[in-house]
Amino acid sequence: MPTEILMPALSPTMEEGKLAKWLKSVGDNVAPGDVIAEIETDKATMEVEAVDEGTLGKILVEEGTEGVPVNAPIAVLLGEGESESDIGAAAAPTPEKAPASESSAPAAAADGPKPTGSLSADAPRPPAAPRSGPAPAEMPDDQPAEPDVPAGTEMKQITVREALRDAMAEEMRADGDVFLMGEEVAEYQGAYKVSQGLLEEFGARRVVDTPITEHGFAGLGVGAAMAGLKPIVEFMTFNFAMQAIDQIINSAAKTHYMSGGFIKSQIVFRGPNGAAARVAAQHSQDFASWYAHVPGHRVIQPYSAMDAKGLLKAAIRDPNPVIFLENEILYGQTFEVPAEMDFVLPIGKAKVEKTGRDVTIVSFGIGMTYAMKAAAELAQMGIDAEVVNLRTIRPLDIDTVIKSVQKTNRCVTVEEAFPTCSISSEIGYQLMEKAFDFLDAPVLRVTGKDVPMPYAANLEKLALPSVAEVIDAVKAVTYRT
Amino acid sequence: MAVEAKAKETGGGETGTQFTVDDYRRAYEDMLLIRRFEEKAGQLYGMGLIGGFCHLYIGQEAVVVGAQMAMQEGDQVITGYRDHGHMLATGMDAKGVMAELTGRASGYSKGKGGSMHMFSVEKNFYGGHGIVGAQVSLGTGIAFANRYRENGAVALTYFGDGASNQGQVYESFNMAKLWSLPVVYMIENNKYGMGTSIDRASANTDLSQRGASFGIPGEQVDGMHVETMRDAVARALEHARSGKGPYILEMLTYRYRGHSMSDPAKYRTRDEVNEYRQKRDPIDHVRDILISQHGVKEDAIKAIDKRVRDTVNTAAEFAQSEPEPDPSELWTDVVR
Ligand SMILES: Cc1ncc(C[n+]2csc(CCOP(=O)(O)OP(=O)(O)O)c2C)c(N)n1
Ligand SMILES: [Mg+2]
Repeated sequence: MPTEILMPALSPTMEEGKLAKWLKSVGDNVAPGDVIAEIETDKATMEVEAVDEGTLGKILVEEGTEGVPVNAPIAVLLGEGESESDIGAAAAPTPEKAPASESSAPAAAADGPKPTGSLSADAPRPPAAPRSGPAPAEMPDDQPAEPDVPAGTEMKQITVREALRDAMAEEMRADGDVFLMGEEVAEYQGAYKVSQGLLEEFGARRVVDTPITEHGFAGLGVGAAMAGLKPIVEFMTFNFAMQAIDQIINSAAKTHYMSGGFIKSQIVFRGPNGAAARVAAQHSQDFASWYAHVPGHRVIQPYSAMDAKGLLKAAIRDPNPVIFLENEILYGQTFEVPAEMDFVLPIGKAKVEKTGRDVTIVSFGIGMTYAMKAAAELAQMGIDAEVVNLRTIRPLDIDTVIKSVQKTNRCVTVEEAFPTCSISSEIGYQLMEKAFDFLDAPVLRVTGKDVPMPYAANLEKLALPSVAEVIDAVKAVTYRT
Repeated sequence: MAVEAKAKETGGGETGTQFTVDDYRRAYEDMLLIRRFEEKAGQLYGMGLIGGFCHLYIGQEAVVVGAQMAMQEGDQVITGYRDHGHMLATGMDAKGVMAELTGRASGYSKGKGGSMHMFSVEKNFYGGHGIVGAQVSLGTGIAFANRYRENGAVALTYFGDGASNQGQVYESFNMAKLWSLPVVYMIENNKYGMGTSIDRASANTDLSQRGASFGIPGEQVDGMHVETMRDAVARALEHARSGKGPYILEMLTYRYRGHSMSDPAKYRTRDEVNEYRQKRDPIDHVRDILISQHGVKEDAIKAIDKRVRDTVNTAAEFAQSEPEPDPSELWTDVVR
């Protein structure tokens, strides 16, 4: 019976792709290993190899088609003695629907976050909450959140990946001392394609492929910074920065202090951090609180393309070591950024992504996707949540959080990391210390579970926070049932 | 200096004579199992049944199969994330490995580890590690335990050409030689670490000599020939077991597929891949010898092929029909 060739999944996070090119035509013989087509994902162009032997009987998806879902039939392969007339008989070999395939990506990856600001648009007015002062109907309209850019600024849509690349490119154009170093950053264009095009523009002197030797090149980077250069050190993922943690902490973060301020290390350590999809315990960890624990450097975790662009540019210019924690799942998501070139955001300043009156949800990085979705669903239930995006973890902008809590009297924190000694722990403590009298309920946290990340699709889903957990926590602090 | 003269890269034909027809038969079946298993894993990945990273071993089969043929009961194996072949070679069950790949409760790690993290106490397989280079110190530690207990076992510690630049490799080399630990460092040089060719990453590309400054002997081995592999590993094991300390083998081999499933493969030419696939394939080589030198009939070969296919298909069916782990498993095994 003819075999259908299915659109393959070519990466842990791929859900669809573009069928860029057919390299075989109808009638061609195909042997296992032959390249039959090229597929473009947001990361790269990849070759599709045949697994079975036969003759290409029919092409079902023409080249140039975008958004072809993984597992959709793209062509039909005829076996020995079969002809085109057999094709109708080919029952679509729907892959046995395993429980795995339903939940293979973390909830956050399923659909992109809504553009900033659109969430509160038609939210119903919340009913009076038991202990939150005047009835909402009488409350004055909220102050709009402080905008990042003046009204009327021309905006464009780009992905977080592009924002990061643009930030590096702009700073490298502006300052000849800035260079990028890391595994696969140059010729391969970045393991996650963040440094796409940089080698072409800046050459091998400034875009440097390293051997797999994190401790060595992190230390080399710190040394180069001590000598006055401004390295951007990319870790393929922050899991591998653990190999280099001594140089990051003991050399980069402490030298300025130890030298009485005479030696600076202007260096950015950046790369994806946290869980991706199904890559298990050694490759799925959020290191925000590890780095936030240490004085002497800055820790940033961007959420949107705006954050990524504005904060990476700020990080490169900052005279201190900066730990810049990106996220693989966010790389492909699209947000607005100012079209104009030199967009820099302040380090150490949180952003109110959505204003609200009933509860403050504090998050950062990919945690924001749960926070924003929960806020949208809560609005349907009549609960008006304010969402604070921390942007910088160290120094922590607790003032913005306090200001919000003074209004809402309730706080829920959201992050993907383990709960113990987390950023949530710190926020809970600081609120207790500095805003105790404003709290009408204990601060609750929604975090990753206190276990190493499991591989199995169902367990991975359980290990990560969920929108439902955020909603439950909000209901608990607002005393709704 | 204790470093022995570099062995010449030898073709399989020279040492092939010591290989009996039964050895060839076994090698053929064991290598084919890995090949077919990996092809199936690639297919299941494409269907979304396997997630995350999945690093296939296709092309390198002769390395682990040849090594296994030289090992003794009790010798241990530890490797990185490209580990399916190593597991199958030690005799771990294809069903359990495939079920781990699909994240099911009956996988080797109950679905919690996935492709990169499987272990078998029974088969002395110590994983399955995702951090490039980390297994080198771990394998040295296993060897330390061997010497401590005087159990006569040797730890085969596998890592790649890319991993060979990690600092802890050299920290381990020093301790292993200093304390004469029974370890064989098995460097699988498949020419690339992800998209970086060895000559773009390594100042000295003769990895067999990476132990020279510690006085650790090393040799380059043709990793595409199972016979040379078996002989070299036998030599290395003998050295390590006799109390002389560590030994380094650098296997010259090649991976046919991408680094992992999402590999744009722009760093090498298709011709280069085809050169190995068509002219230097370790399985074709053994099949040819079975047929041309030992007069094994096409039918007998087909029978092996079928047996292997059945094993792999059974494993794949098992891996798709078994249940996912019970949700309560999220909280188990964190600590004892
Ligand atoms: C410490 C660390 N750095 C980077 C990575 C990402 N990574 C995974 S495999 C790999 C290439 C390793 O190449 P090699 O050692 O030659 O082994 P091969 O994949 O060829 O078998 C890299 C860079 C990692 N897993 N761990
Ligand atoms: Mg390699």
